[in-house]
Amino acid sequence: MTDTAITSTTGAPEKATRLIVTKKKPLRPARVVLHVFLIVMGILWMTPLVMSLYASFRPFSETQADGFLSLPKELNLDNYQDALEQGDFLDKYWNTALILFPSLLLTLFLASMIAFVASRYTWRFNIFFLVLFTAGNLLPQQIMVAPLFQAFRRIPLPDFMSNSGNLNGSNWAIILLHVGFQMGFCTFVLSNYMKLLPKELNEAAMVDGASLWTIYSKVVMPLTRPAMAALATLEFAWIYNDFFWAVIFEQRGDDRPITSALANLGGEFVTDTNVVAAASIFVIIPVMIVYFALQKHFIAGLTLGSTKG
Amino acid sequence: MTTAAEPSSTEEQAEPTTAGSDDQASTQEAGGQRGGRSQFVGSDRRVFLAMLLIPTTIHVLIVWIPTVLSIVLSLTKWNGIQFSDLEWASFENYDQIILGAFQQDFFQAILNNVWLLLFLFFGPTLLGMFLAYLLDKSIRGGRIYQSVFYTPVVLSLAVVGFIWQNIMYDQEFGLATWAFGGGENVAWLGNQEFLFDFGGYGLSKNFLAILVAMAWRHTGYIMVLYLAGLKSVDASLKESASLDGCNEWQTFRHVLFPTLKPINVIVVVITVIEALRAFDIVYVLNTPRNTELLSILTTDNLIGEGADNIGRGSAYATMLFLLCIGFVLWYVTNHYRNQEASV
Repeated sequence: MTDTAITSTTGAPEKATRLIVTKKKPLRPARVVLHVFLIVMGILWMTPLVMSLYASFRPFSETQADGFLSLPKELNLDNYQDALEQGDFLDKYWNTALILFPSLLLTLFLASMIAFVASRYTWRFNIFFLVLFTAGNLLPQQIMVAPLFQAFRRIPLPDFMSNSGNLNGSNWAIILLHVGFQMGFCTFVLSNYMKLLPKELNEAAMVDGASLWTIYSKVVMPLTRPAMAALATLEFAWIYNDFFWAVIFEQRGDDRPITSALANLGGEFVTDTNVVAAASIFVIIPVMIVYFALQKHFIAGLTLGSTKG
Repeated sequence: MTTAAEPSSTEEQAEPTTAGSDDQASTQEAGGQRGGRSQFVGSDRRVFLAMLLIPTTIHVLIVWIPTVLSIVLSLTKWNGIQFSDLEWASFENYDQIILGAFQQDFFQAILNNVWLLLFLFFGPTLLGMFLAYLLDKSIRGGRIYQSVFYTPVVLSLAVVGFIWQNIMYDQEFGLATWAFGGGENVAWLGNQEFLFDFGGYGLSKNFLAILVAMAWRHTGYIMVLYLAGLKSVDASLKESASLDGCNEWQTFRHVLFPTLKPINVIVVVITVIEALRAFDIVYVLNTPRNTELLSILTTDNLIGEGADNIGRGSAYATMLFLLCIGFVLWYVTNHYRNQEASV
């Protein structure tokens, strides 16, 4: 089932082009209406982003005088410079990377292990574990926040690991939360995927005397690469975009990763919309780059978790 | 499967039963339908347990134990400073929320969650499905349109909030004001006036503005899901329907829509879960605080100035949990049951 999802999404472009080639028809009125509708919708859809980008290059005084839709008299990077200075974005990018990459790697690694043992082998409670992980990921985070917050405040960490002297307020807390929570979704997707690999793989490897770890790392994991690529792309965006965990567990704005740091900036710059626009662009850039570079995996990731009943 | 119906007691069970279950599993398998031998011996057995228990411990510690503790805390009164301050309060928090001083906040928040759910179904879901249907028709530039509608999906809802606050909803210069304000300033955000009002509850204009911003992001998500579903429908099926003289609507209604059932299920799940867990954008756009969702009420009562009683925040959290757990378990167990049946 997952297989059909992947092949269908990745196979889509070829199929589409083939259809265009074979069925090129003269433009009918219905097609014209269709295109007009899509163009209007498309323009509407791009407006918030395009106008943010446009405003970010213009002086605040100019948009105040003439509005966002006016022609530019002056275009420059001053807003970006202001945002960079006031928001400390280079530091924030670094701090985000320190949270993002460990979280991503650990999540995928741990989820692939549990997905492997629970979907490639049948034992009494394997379904129970899959349900546990999947259901855990579907719960709203707000449900578990109070006990976590109270516990993290009481777990001491040495000074070099945390500014606050305890787990709360440190990057370690955010990493732990991402790993614990996101593992659920990855387990769900990976177990669906691994289920579809032929049963005989394991049996053949066992007959050859391969250990459990060898079957996992040398036989099953290489075959899971498409799903891992899709998940890595999707989880990159989700962890990067996280707002909730960081706002709650990093009380000092300076320590926050970039997406949630925008929350403080919003307050500070509320008078200068164009600097906020520039700051938003800073936040958007990495995830946009990943999206455009890996669009195929991105969309495969979303539909991977979904195109089966 | 049956054990899965009891999520709240899972963590205590998880670890002890696993160790035992492994034994039972191997004896079961020995005579097994899959014709295997005793599955794991020696070092394989230790590796198996490590691969199972390390991820499970982290997940259970971060997700399930705190969930159970929230339920326990909801029956107490606690300022969160010292454990000795913790008092047993029985159902007092629930009493205050449902019948007492916080009744208005609570039911308005629930109502807002309901508005959100209805809006997501009738707005972004239908629009997303429609766009997917159009883009499935192998039109010129289809990939470009698809990227355009999908782009907001990769943004954080918090960033979506900031963009809309600045560019669209600025009282004086925002594009929404330019398009619909008729030359006047419009307070799109922060306007607590009700559009529909029934006895002190309703849909505030502020919340409607937030919903529209959310739709901008949600529509593309739904579109991508349906597009993937439609692409996997056999092309000959679509063609034979049109040869049989079905018009577009009939083809969609009677041929395509039934084949999209798995997508419909997932869209319902995503929408319900999103409606219950929505937080970021409301947190960003909800100033001054007034338009609450259950998730916002929970957070405000747990952390920050309003958090004088963690018991009350936990009671909100527990109600959020009760609202979604049945639905979540229904979906997840069905999913794995169907999968077992089909493999």
